[in-house]
Amino acid sequence: MSKTAVNKDLASERAKCEFNVEELTNYLDGGRENTARRRRIEDKVLSVEELKDVVPEEYLSHKEKYENAIRKAILFYKVQKNLEDPKQPENERIRINYRNMINSAIFKDNSPLALHFVMFIPAIIGQASDEQRDYWLKRAKNVEIIGTYAQTELGHGTFIRGLETTATYDPATEEFVLHSPTLTAYKWWPGGLAHTANYCVVMAQLYTKGKSCGIQPFMVQIRDEETHMPLPGIKLGEIGAKLGFNTVNNGFLGFDNHRIPRDRMLMKNAQVSKDGTFTAGANSKLTYGTMVYVRVLIVNNMANFLAKAVTIAVRYSAVRRQSKLKPEDPEPQILDYVTQQHKLFIGIATSHAYSRTALWLWDHYAKVTSELNAGKLDNLPELHSLACCLKVLSATDAAVLVERSRLACGGHGYMLSSNLPQTYGLVTPASTYEGENTVLLLQVARSLVKAWQQMLKGKPLTPSMSYLADQNRIDRWDGSVNGIIRAFQKVARGKIAWSVTCFEKYQKEGLSYEDAWNKASVQLTAAAESHGRAIVVQVFKAETDRTTSSLSLPLRKALDQLVELFTLYWALERLGDLLLYTPLSEGDIRDMQTRYEELLEKIRPNAVGLVDAFDFRDEILNSALGAYDGRVYERLMEEALKSPLNAEPVNSSFHKYLKPFMRGKL
Amino acid sequence: MFIATIWGLMNDEQKAEWLPKAMEMKAIGTYAQTELGHGTFLRGLETTATYDPETEEFILNTPTLTAYKWWPGGLGHTVNHCIVVAQLYTQGKCHGIQPFIVQIRDLETHMPLPGVHVGEIGPKMGFQTANNGFLGFKNFRIPRKNMLMRNSEVKKDGTFVRSRSDKLTYGTMVIVRVNIVNDAAMQLSAAAIIAVRYSAVRHQSQPKPNEPEPQILDYVTQQRKLFINIATGHALRIVGRWLWKTMLGVLQNISEGNLEQLPELHALSCCLKAVCTQDCTAGIEQCRLACGGHGYMKSSNLPLLYGLTTAAMTYEGENTVLLLQTARFLLKTWTQILEGDTKLNPTVLYLLNFAKPTDYRWENTNQGIIKGFQAVAAGKIKTAYDTAMKHVGAGKSQEEAWNLASIQLVEASEAHCRVIICEVFSNEIQRASNTLSPNLSRVLQQLVELYLVHWALEKKGDILLYSTISRDDIAALRIRYEELLALIRPNAVGLADGFDFRDEVLNSTLGAYDGRVYERLMEEALKSPLNAEPVNSSFHKYIKPFWEKAKL
Repeated sequence: MSKTAVNKDLASERAKCEFNVEELTNYLDGGRENTARRRRIEDKVLSVEELKDVVPEEYLSHKEKYENAIRKAILFYKVQKNLEDPKQPENERIRINYRNMINSAIFKDNSPLALHFVMFIPAIIGQASDEQRDYWLKRAKNVEIIGTYAQTELGHGTFIRGLETTATYDPATEEFVLHSPTLTAYKWWPGGLAHTANYCVVMAQLYTKGKSCGIQPFMVQIRDEETHMPLPGIKLGEIGAKLGFNTVNNGFLGFDNHRIPRDRMLMKNAQVSKDGTFTAGANSKLTYGTMVYVRVLIVNNMANFLAKAVTIAVRYSAVRRQSKLKPEDPEPQILDYVTQQHKLFIGIATSHAYSRTALWLWDHYAKVTSELNAGKLDNLPELHSLACCLKVLSATDAAVLVERSRLACGGHGYMLSSNLPQTYGLVTPASTYEGENTVLLLQVARSLVKAWQQMLKGKPLTPSMSYLADQNRIDRWDGSVNGIIRAFQKVARGKIAWSVTCFEKYQKEGLSYEDAWNKASVQLTAAAESHGRAIVVQVFKAETDRTTSSLSLPLRKALDQLVELFTLYWALERLGDLLLYTPLSEGDIRDMQTRYEELLEKIRPNAVGLVDAFDFRDEILNSALGAYDGRVYERLMEEALKSPLNAEPVNSSFHKYLKPFMRGKL
Repeated sequence: MFIATIWGLMNDEQKAEWLPKAMEMKAIGTYAQTELGHGTFLRGLETTATYDPETEEFILNTPTLTAYKWWPGGLGHTVNHCIVVAQLYTQGKCHGIQPFIVQIRDLETHMPLPGVHVGEIGPKMGFQTANNGFLGFKNFRIPRKNMLMRNSEVKKDGTFVRSRSDKLTYGTMVIVRVNIVNDAAMQLSAAAIIAVRYSAVRHQSQPKPNEPEPQILDYVTQQRKLFINIATGHALRIVGRWLWKTMLGVLQNISEGNLEQLPELHALSCCLKAVCTQDCTAGIEQCRLACGGHGYMKSSNLPLLYGLTTAAMTYEGENTVLLLQTARFLLKTWTQILEGDTKLNPTVLYLLNFAKPTDYRWENTNQGIIKGFQAVAAGKIKTAYDTAMKHVGAGKSQEEAWNLASIQLVEASEAHCRVIICEVFSNEIQRASNTLSPNLSRVLQQLVELYLVHWALEKKGDILLYSTISRDDIAALRIRYEELLALIRPNAVGLADGFDFRDEVLNSTLGAYDGRVYERLMEEALKSPLNAEPVNSSFHKYIKPFWEKAKL
């Protein structure tokens, strides 16, 4: 990158940054070697010319988009495979790759092979018996077969027991007969299912010996390995255009009495013997593991996408000038407007918060997984509840803040060449996939109500809920970060208590348990959300304290400012709760507001440095507004000129429609 | 925009020439103001129109890349004329921005004229068929009479004459903003219909072991997501109509030479445009997310509705900028009050009740909530005012102080706007009640109450701060809110049907009148060109060769 080409406003922003940007990048990556490693991968992948799009994807047809995505997916797999150390354990590989966004440089709208790696392979690992795993894992890892994971149906999502697809065991032939009895039973959504995958893990209602045995996983071949034609008895297709993920090849799948051998049921947990005898799994909770794993990845993804969006918006705001603050001065950078700072800096802080939280959750997950392997299940419910809660909050906040970043770029944020609309398209589905957010909050609420009742009986609480037992009132408002964290815990405690009160009151008034739960559910979700807020703030603060002791002073200061900004932002957002459950006064609020505004001012000179430190290459940002050099207007025009409509001065529709019409009026 | 500008800014002679051409579509036009580098701040526009008395022409120029006109719909390839807003230079002096009518394409061949650089700006989040374009000029000459001269004039010799206040052009801006409020309300209503009908068809989970899966509309959390949007659809439609009537009154007064109410109208239209587009955008997303994954399908039409509505948050005045304009009016009013002036405009008259610092005595009634919102707005205006003054007292300039207080100013503006919406919605439904059947009247009253209680709970922090509301009052509001949801539940589909959007207008697999949700989802999916063949060519081209090579 030539230094001279950089927009002068951005250059002067970089000159005034108070900390070492590279040091922050290393911190975010988890060490200098990780940064170097990540950059090596980026260099290698981006040096492959064929991975770049010749024609911008927006101008391809629906079908061409898919074909181009498949072309790149195969090539990308080959390039990436050579960069990996095959001996590295999976856990370690994921942890050091948590800021690797190279994928999004190649696939602007995600890859049709994504589910093969993210769901199909983990399903084999998690659900197949040892023998099955030996066979399928090798084939899947070498991509000899391409798979996906089909659970959700057209008419059934979150409620897994409601799935309609059946797998009926026929002991005569030792086969399962797969069937989609209704339209609503069609599998719907799985990425790669439409035209890419030839295998699929299918979740279906198992029937054997005339009895229903619940939902079980089956490995089903759906296409011929030679011709790729759908097998007889299988109806496959693509589900059509979506808000995003348009190159993912999401598909539908229906069965017409399709038969598969008995050994295609994945039998790590439950089993069906030759004669059709069903043996239930030792512990159905074990399947939680995969779900938790995916949710941890989501938290991390949300942090990364938000970092991208806010990088674009902050750089653009340093380049864009507008209006006059003072009559005699030139138009200021819009980043100097406090309202703009208010829109953007919380995005930077939130990305840091979820990045830290995701790492913390990952380590927690790794610990619980190793306990599981040793047969210890005690910590699984807490982990499950935490993962639900953090998935919901990260998905919600990231969607709101990505949109806020886009809107902060005014009309130009609406251009696809800003890449902000697409970033939103990739972030917002996380609120409905892998457990719809409201449903997940209610699951968290269930665990909170249970904990509350246990506490009343004097039983011990899990670490993340231990604050519920603290009955001491806050006597005086403490505006420090730790003081506010404690206040958030008070709010969560107060809201849980209130929702339990409502829930119990409704029952006493004669409602059934279920109806009372439904009636109290607005309060219950609010309580679960507050619990999540308390955890994120607390983890962000504690993890920042724990991991920054060896950093230079200016950087530590900058990070502490982000923690404080995040804490105050949420305190000011939740004034109502704080006024209800803590001794917060009007004067305290004024002080917080003043301090918040001071923090914006303190962060202002470091804003560009903070987003530079996310270290997204231009190819990953893929944004006319957010490139490192700040050539915003030049890039907007360059991208516009790529429009096929600009290839000819007069479009044929003029001669076909407009001219005859205008003539007709003469 | 093209015809409206001809109406509003041409003198009679010009109008006689251009209006018939525009109405008969001989001249297809658009309106070009925003530039690549300049939006909200009009004085910052760079396009120049320099008068040349020798030929009696203006010379249009685009001095820089950032001076290119950017965004106008139809500009790319459709229009042959364009109203261009440019900095006028004559006799060596700049006279600020003025409108010009410019022919940009040949009427026969449609080719761009020499000196005109025109093209399309590329793909966007929505509005993909609006043909938004860019436009640059290189020494492009137009006759003197092409300047729109209703308000200002350039004489043959180049003398500049300003004839009327340019404040009069407010009218067009207000009309546009009223339309935005109305459109946003319609789009939100469409989203609410889709989500409510889908929620009646969709069944999920099994709270009770031996009963079938309930309609998701029976979940209170789902009701909370949807019913407020039905209420908001009504509220904003009514507020839009009220604003229209208010505007007609003000325009009438203006025509009689009375400009007094213009600042109030401007302040109203600014904050209402901002808050309505903000609420509708959020509401549409809430409806979309309430449809789970299926809301993410384009065939639900919810993503498209979102794309259309969110654009209104940044066009025709970016929302934050507009809220700050309203705030300027509110602070002026507050200063008036502090100076003992009680002659206030009608929509801010309520502030007088809160001039002295007393906590408003809370009442859990509709009127009580509205008064509570008034107390909040007054409290926030006062706090923002005090903050700005504090900064001035600490030696900051007026402008710096304004900027430093701007987060609070935006909040004050929003709070004021909420008062207006709540009051107008409540009053207008109350008034309409007399003419409606009792059953309908009751349902609409429930929507008003739902709207008020919803916002009281959303803003309980503010209300706690500026009124005597107690913990018990809040608990009662929560319980009342749940009761209202239960009362509205049986009428939810009726309320959605009542908007009377035809299937062709809703254009949604999830929202059609017949509720054939799953059939329609599948029918739409089958239209995908990828479903025309069982095996896509990419298998033979990429996947199979990859497997074969791997085997070697």
